[in-house]
Amino acid sequence: MIVFENVDKWYGTYHALNNVNETIGKGEVVVICGPSGSGKSTLIRTVNRLEPIQKGRITIDGRDVNGADVNVNALRSGIGFVFQQFNLFPHLSVVRNVMLAPMRVHKVPEKTARETAMDLLDKVGLAHKADEFPPRLSGGQQQRVAIARALAMKPPVMLFDEPTSALDPELVGEVLNVMKQLASEGMTMLCVTHEMGFAREVADRVIFMDGGAVLERAAPEDFFQRPQHPRARKFVADIRH
Amino acid sequence: MQDIIAILRDYGLLLAIGQFPEGPIGGLALTLILALSGLLLSFPLSVLIGVGRISPNPAVARLAAAFVSVVRALPLLMLIFWAYFIVPLIIGQTVSGLTTVIVALVVYETAYLAEVVRAAILALPKGQVEASRSLGLSYVQTMKDIILPQALFNAIPSILNQFISLVKNTSVAYIISVDELTYAAYQVNAQLLTKPVEVYVILAATYFIICFSLNRLVKLVERRIHTSRQAPIAAEAAA
Ligand SMILES: Nc1ncnc2c1ncn2[C@@H]1O[C@H](COP(=O)(O)OP(=O)(O)OP(=O)(O)O)[C@@H](O)[C@H]1O
Ligand SMILES: [Mg+2]
Repeated sequence: MIVFENVDKWYGTYHALNNVNETIGKGEVVVICGPSGSGKSTLIRTVNRLEPIQKGRITIDGRDVNGADVNVNALRSGIGFVFQQFNLFPHLSVVRNVMLAPMRVHKVPEKTARETAMDLLDKVGLAHKADEFPPRLSGGQQQRVAIARALAMKPPVMLFDEPTSALDPELVGEVLNVMKQLASEGMTMLCVTHEMGFAREVADRVIFMDGGAVLERAAPEDFFQRPQHPRARKFVADIRH
Repeated sequence: MQDIIAILRDYGLLLAIGQFPEGPIGGLALTLILALSGLLLSFPLSVLIGVGRISPNPAVARLAAAFVSVVRALPLLMLIFWAYFIVPLIIGQTVSGLTTVIVALVVYETAYLAEVVRAAILALPKGQVEASRSLGLSYVQTMKDIILPQALFNAIPSILNQFISLVKNTSVAYIISVDELTYAAYQVNAQLLTKPVEVYVILAATYFIICFSLNRLVKLVERRIHTSRQAPIAAEAAA
């Protein structure tokens, strides 16, 4: 459903994505990993056009993301995006964070939006925090709200950019559990993460990037046990310490 | 000291509220009215210009920047002269000194407040816009629902500071005989002739008391805002 074809991206003269070709099928869970600066964030940010590309094509269900006829707001509303830093809206209560986009983008009536938001908060285990303000929640709770906020738009695809990297170790599990549940419900997911356990348990595939290029793609077990590319070997050794 | 008390006894009411209620309002009351209307009228304009300064549309951004840099390069007194001579030419009828002063103060204040608004927007984490746009909200919706509510709230202390300088700046209205505090003191002095020091001590003390108290208020508000919102996650720096 998401297809990258010969995608190249430059930041000025810096070649950030180098001829990326990937296909992510419907319902697939794909984990992207690689050293810092390898272009992982850049890659998933091109999917919802947070970053433009200079060459190649990215399509979702056959539609060119960068097509001239594409309404960028409509495009983005169908792609859930979860950030490393959560980026909740601190001036809105938790439930308002989740209600906002459906009300503004899909013109859902407030009452319906609230019901949906409460269901989603319940799903991520935070219905009791509905009226709190985000700065008063722990990082793990904030990230779960951020996932609920993205799900409120009922997107067929979810993108995660290191969703657990900013969390204290003891809070990582609660976020991964929500992600695992999503995966088991058949959500198409593209996740930048170094969580080996998560990748092994739920990912269909691991993509390894370095220097803006995809150097290896493999089943999680193969990737972590028998990485092929020398840089992938070094990377796997490093994250295992 | 006795002289000051005597002046206050004889002219205190005139300095405080002018001829009011028999005649037009003036003195300190008019000073505060000028400052307040200057702030309230320039506020919506400054939000437009401040947002315009960082507009993704380069023409809009350049126009807003030009307005700000031109106004900030001119003395307020000159804006008063301009308003005094130009506004009647534009609208084809004479305008009162009061209107002239308010127009000049609004133009002047809009430029400075616009910079306050712009700075407050730029101080927000970039992730706020990204999160909002990623949900599918438009640029305008993002500004209205996400960015401005946060930026303007954070800017309250700076806006109050602008109000303080506005209170002081209203004194230039004296040049076109608008009967605010400075002009009132000037007239009292003209009547007394022999007590300029006392009159201008009263004038200075009045400005000082008003602005000093407002300053304390700003400090209080700053502290309130600080505690009402803890920093939005220290991890931001790691992004
Ligand atoms: N806006 C930008 N302007 C210029 N260069 C950028 C920009 N964003 C990223 N880069 C560069 O592009 C490269 C890839 O960045 P990217 O953020 O995609 O890496 P990453 O794999 O996500 O790394 P990390 O694990 O640190 O998040 C880096 O060298 C980075 O410095
Ligand atoms: Mg990254």
